Amino acid sequence: MAGAPALVFEGVSKTFEAGGARVPAVDCLDISVPAGKVSGLIGPDGAGKTTLMRLAAGLLLPDEGVIRVLGVDVLAKPLVVQSSIGYMPQRFGLYEDLTVQENLDFYADLQGVPPTQRDPRYRELMHMTGLAPFTRRLAGRLSGGMKQKLGLACTLVRPPRLLLLDEATVGVDPVSRRELWAIVYRQVRDHGMTVLLSTAYLDEASRCEEIILLHQGRRLGQGSPGSFSEPLRGRTFRVAAPSLGKRRLQTRLSHVPGILDAIIEGERVRLVTAEAGPVDLEARLPDVPDLTMEAAEPVFEDAFIATLKRSEESSPAPLAGASPGPESPGTTGQPMIEVRNLQRRFGDFFAVRGVTFRVGRGEVFGLLGANGAGKTTTFRMLCGLLPVSDGTVRVAGLDLRRAASRARGRLGYMAQRFSLYENLTVVENLRFFASAYGLNRARRTQRIGWALEAFELGGYADSPSGELPLGYKQRLAMAAALMHEPDILFLDEPTSGVDPLARREFWQRINALAESGVTVLVTTHFMDEANYCDRLVIMADGEVLTEGSPAQMKARFRSAERPDPTMEDAFIGLIEQHDQQQEAAS
Amino acid sequence: MESLRRIFALAVKELLAILKDRKSRFVLIGPPIIQLIVFGYAATFDLNDIAFAVYNEDRGVASRDLIARVAGSPHFHRVADLEHDGQIAPLLDNREVLLVLRLGPRFSADLQRGRSASAQLLIDGRNSNTALLALGYLRTIVSDFNSDWATRNGRPGPPAALQVRHWFNAGLASRWFVVPGIVGLLTLVITTVVTALSVAREREAGTFDQLQVTPLRPVEILIGKSVPGILIGLVEGSFILLMTVVWFEVPLRGSLGALYLGMFLFLLSAVGIGLMISSLAVTQQQGILGAFLFLVPSVILSGFATPIANMPPVVQWLTLINPLRYFLVVLRGVFLEGDSYALLFNQYWPMLVIGMLTLAMAGWLFRHRRH
Amino acid sequence: MNAASRRRLRGMIRKESLQILRDPSSIAIAFVMPLVLLLLFGYGVSLDAKRIPLAFVVEQPDANSASLTGAFQRSDYFVPRGFGSIQAAQRALDAHEVSGIVWLRNDFSRHLLARGDARIGVIVNGVDANQARITEGYIQGVWQAWLLGYAHSQGHELPAMVMLEPRIWFNAAVRSRDFLVPGLIAVIMTLIGAMLTSMVVAREWERGTMEALMVTPIRIGEIIAGKMLPYFVLGMGGMLLSVAMALWLFDVPLRGSFWALSAASALFMLVALGMGLLISTVARSQFVAGQLAIVVTFLPAFILSGFIFQIGSMPAFVQLITHLIPARYFVAILQTVFLAGDIWPILLSNSVALLVMMVIFLGLARRKAHKRLD
Repeated sequence: MAGAPALVFEGVSKTFEAGGARVPAVDCLDISVPAGKVSGLIGPDGAGKTTLMRLAAGLLLPDEGVIRVLGVDVLAKPLVVQSSIGYMPQRFGLYEDLTVQENLDFYADLQGVPPTQRDPRYRELMHMTGLAPFTRRLAGRLSGGMKQKLGLACTLVRPPRLLLLDEATVGVDPVSRRELWAIVYRQVRDHGMTVLLSTAYLDEASRCEEIILLHQGRRLGQGSPGSFSEPLRGRTFRVAAPSLGKRRLQTRLSHVPGILDAIIEGERVRLVTAEAGPVDLEARLPDVPDLTMEAAEPVFEDAFIATLKRSEESSPAPLAGASPGPESPGTTGQPMIEVRNLQRRFGDFFAVRGVTFRVGRGEVFGLLGANGAGKTTTFRMLCGLLPVSDGTVRVAGLDLRRAASRARGRLGYMAQRFSLYENLTVVENLRFFASAYGLNRARRTQRIGWALEAFELGGYADSPSGELPLGYKQRLAMAAALMHEPDILFLDEPTSGVDPLARREFWQRINALAESGVTVLVTTHFMDEANYCDRLVIMADGEVLTEGSPAQMKARFRSAERPDPTMEDAFIGLIEQHDQQQEAAS
Repeated sequence: MESLRRIFALAVKELLAILKDRKSRFVLIGPPIIQLIVFGYAATFDLNDIAFAVYNEDRGVASRDLIARVAGSPHFHRVADLEHDGQIAPLLDNREVLLVLRLGPRFSADLQRGRSASAQLLIDGRNSNTALLALGYLRTIVSDFNSDWATRNGRPGPPAALQVRHWFNAGLASRWFVVPGIVGLLTLVITTVVTALSVAREREAGTFDQLQVTPLRPVEILIGKSVPGILIGLVEGSFILLMTVVWFEVPLRGSLGALYLGMFLFLLSAVGIGLMISSLAVTQQQGILGAFLFLVPSVILSGFATPIANMPPVVQWLTLINPLRYFLVVLRGVFLEGDSYALLFNQYWPMLVIGMLTLAMAGWLFRHRRH
Repeated sequence: MNAASRRRLRGMIRKESLQILRDPSSIAIAFVMPLVLLLLFGYGVSLDAKRIPLAFVVEQPDANSASLTGAFQRSDYFVPRGFGSIQAAQRALDAHEVSGIVWLRNDFSRHLLARGDARIGVIVNGVDANQARITEGYIQGVWQAWLLGYAHSQGHELPAMVMLEPRIWFNAAVRSRDFLVPGLIAVIMTLIGAMLTSMVVAREWERGTMEALMVTPIRIGEIIAGKMLPYFVLGMGGMLLSVAMALWLFDVPLRGSFWALSAASALFMLVALGMGLLISTVARSQFVAGQLAIVVTFLPAFILSGFIFQIGSMPAFVQLITHLIPARYFVAILQTVFLAGDIWPILLSNSVALLVMMVIFLGLARRKAHKRLD
């Protein structure tokens, strides 16, 4: 078996009809996935990852080209292929009104697993996924991570020779993601399975043995993760300048020619340069006295950004004209958000209990937690979408219960799914939100002009917002939230589903806003994004586990084997500590 | 002032969102026209070309005269002449004819001799309404035959005769009754569906949260969401009204102002109910199901097709909370009876009360049902 | 069918059955909806006018007018109310307090006795043409009976005239409920059958399970069969409930055989489910599927099936359209089996039409559905 590739695409194209035009999703693609390995399919949003998966599973017909799965032509014999592969779609393919056991039985029936082989296989899968105690629970009652593992168990009920996982880890917390990877590798080891998975998390790339980089339906590169990052050796650095602050430093650096990428990493800024060799930063930033710079180990993400930036050559515009803050930024002075002993009950159940924190003007404050930790409930109470059971919430110095309408006039809100009126055009959306915040005609015209320019939406002014690319939707949603120049901006998972390039751009804008004195409260499940926050809280079971700066949190998990822990390491460490305490207590 | 601006912005946005969506545009235009035409032509109780058979054992002039009158009527169509008794049952059983007219061998002779002659009529009663109507038509024909026979033969007619006049609808055209009802039916369906989905759609798209974090107050959201429903209902209603007069040629005898006052009050109550359903529904699916659950009973219990007076008393009380019941009276009153404001007062105020109550409920639900 | 195929089909059926048991909405559609709709229609829709308010204007009361008024009073159909003048009666007619007026002028008795050409004025509110006709028919009936009695009391026979002797077959009491309820069953079952399947397939699309299902070795025919069978059983349960309500709640007679009724119902249920399946292969969201199911099944079944409006009286082009409505054939079967009996020519011809429709719907659904997403 080894040697022959498990999946082969030869000159495969597939186009879709969208808005009257034919858009290629996969464009004359040649790939070959090696057998017996874990291969990652990586690319920005709309690169054609899902289309590729569906083509391989025989769910879509290619316009041209040949696809061979395990040596069989998918076009000619889809049923033969489908009886030897496993495929887990983005939403796991579970029947939420069936129990765990019933889901397994159903897929075992469909996959033709003989009754005698079922029990040992079920036992093995349940043990591996840790679902054994829950076999009689309805799938809909499982947590996101457990659903994902059950979905995987269902596709593995008859060990397939090729396993296709389409964005299986989206929206799942880091702990569950780690467990999923363990299961996948065990399958490869025990059954010699071939795995192809697509992912939007670049940090997961390093867990794959082979990476296929996809962009605009074409293959940009293929190889081991190291083979991608190795060429960048000598081009990645960490820069710090305490006198300037990380945000201003990042903004300044991103405009230095020859620098491909500058992102905040802890208290420092990580650089990727276009050419190898040191950059003479002191000459570029002569006014910064305490600038320090050291070389950094290149990772896959650096390579990803470097490769894509080359092929796109777009630079984010600075957010000129953002609302200027009356005071200088800092955590001093009157808190903009003050939460004291916040509680929310649903019946007997406490979704949020005893949450207390304050956020100062111009701060970027993060709210992190696993699924079901209570961060969304807290967030919704803060913006007045959910009544508070007990405790006080003051936003911009106003009590949300009493001066609701006035308090709401001072905050901006951007929801997870970029809640826009999809059949209204960009300008109509902006006009509506401006009017809803009571802007008069002159101010409205002025702010719409500002939004179109600052967010580079001019080219789409009259397109329905539903037809915008995802990155532009995100920009429009942000522009809409800023029409009335709010003092406080609430962001609920603002970057979910958006590719890494657009996420960088987005955070640069947020940085600029915070610089100008806007207070930002954000929830996210991208751990690397937590680095952008000045301070953050991590929640579990409705309570605040810890509060502090990202550096403080990471410092707690520094050890000999992990001298430089990531935010994800810190998060998982905290959750594990919490779980142990819970167990000890009970 | 700022509040007005916000309401105006919301109303404009609602209208744009409805009119720009191809699917909802279709819902506004397609079904009303199709239903108007189908209802207008198909939903009629008038009978035409009823198939009937004759079993005539008589050879006289009188029987031939009577049969010719029946066959000559536009309501009846003679399809068979029978030879013996045994043929009757299969024809009726198999629904080949609706009725069989049987004249005995002494029919003409009895009449000539000045005695009453009997004409036997066998009717398929599977559809009892059709049977009764056919019987009614035949009664009229026979009654005309009787008086003509009496005059022609110089005999005295019956000592007393009915002189029937039909007010408001002299030709007894079902269409005059049904089509004005469609105006009410369709405006109700459209406004309910439009408003019942308006909040649910925003909930699904996540924009309702977005709306709630703006300074818009619940009352402002309520007004901003009602106005488009009422406007669309008025436009759509006016169009169907025009079709009723121009295409179906139903006379419009009363005051247009009284009609529009009724329509406005009716739309107010329909919008109130739609928004109430909408604020209860979490998904569009639930919204459409809720609208359906409201629409079906309210059409059945409105007097649109069958009279309220025929229903059991309990059901009749139930109809009192149905706004369509009142609007149908307004419509038919203005169209056919030439009613004006004063006569319709008792229809106006219940609609106003229903509208106010449901809108207040919807406003309360906005605030108290967030998930 | 080999062992693997049987196992897949069994798995599919078991999964669907479990989902039905878990999800109250499909049980509600199958059982609560017919219950509610039948009660609503059964009691709410009646064409039988009873206790019609009738104005009586008697300008010169005497024995003759009293006997005529008495005849109306004794009839179940009328509630006569006296009015002093024709103007007062007309005002009551305008205000919808009465549905008609019977007007005996002051020369009524004189004409009746002396010249035998008395005229009785009758005014009926004609707005609701159907009710007006029925009211007029009742008035004529009462009048004719009175005339016979009057002639008899005067000791002479009526002058020569044709007396109509109507005999109404199958429904001698002329109860509209007896024909409305069987028709309703057809309308409701159309709705239920189509809604059941259209929503469940759309649900699989929406929740993303269809994608997972398609990548297994299951064949498309097995998916269709696996979906149809459990819902067929459920739909037949709803059918049984409706029939029971018709028989014991609404006292509709069942003159044909239960066997014929069941066979025709089973056939129709397959047609309705096939229709729903076809809808669901076209519409992939529950929302659109639900709307389509209502629009393309309920309204046509209501208006064009002959359940309430006589098909023969519709314009020719509308009559042509009715042939495309499956409910039309089922209404014909139900009204016959309930009220007339097992009349084979009607049962067979309509069953053949249903069979053809079933083959078309299922065939189309089978062709339209394929194991691909595009």
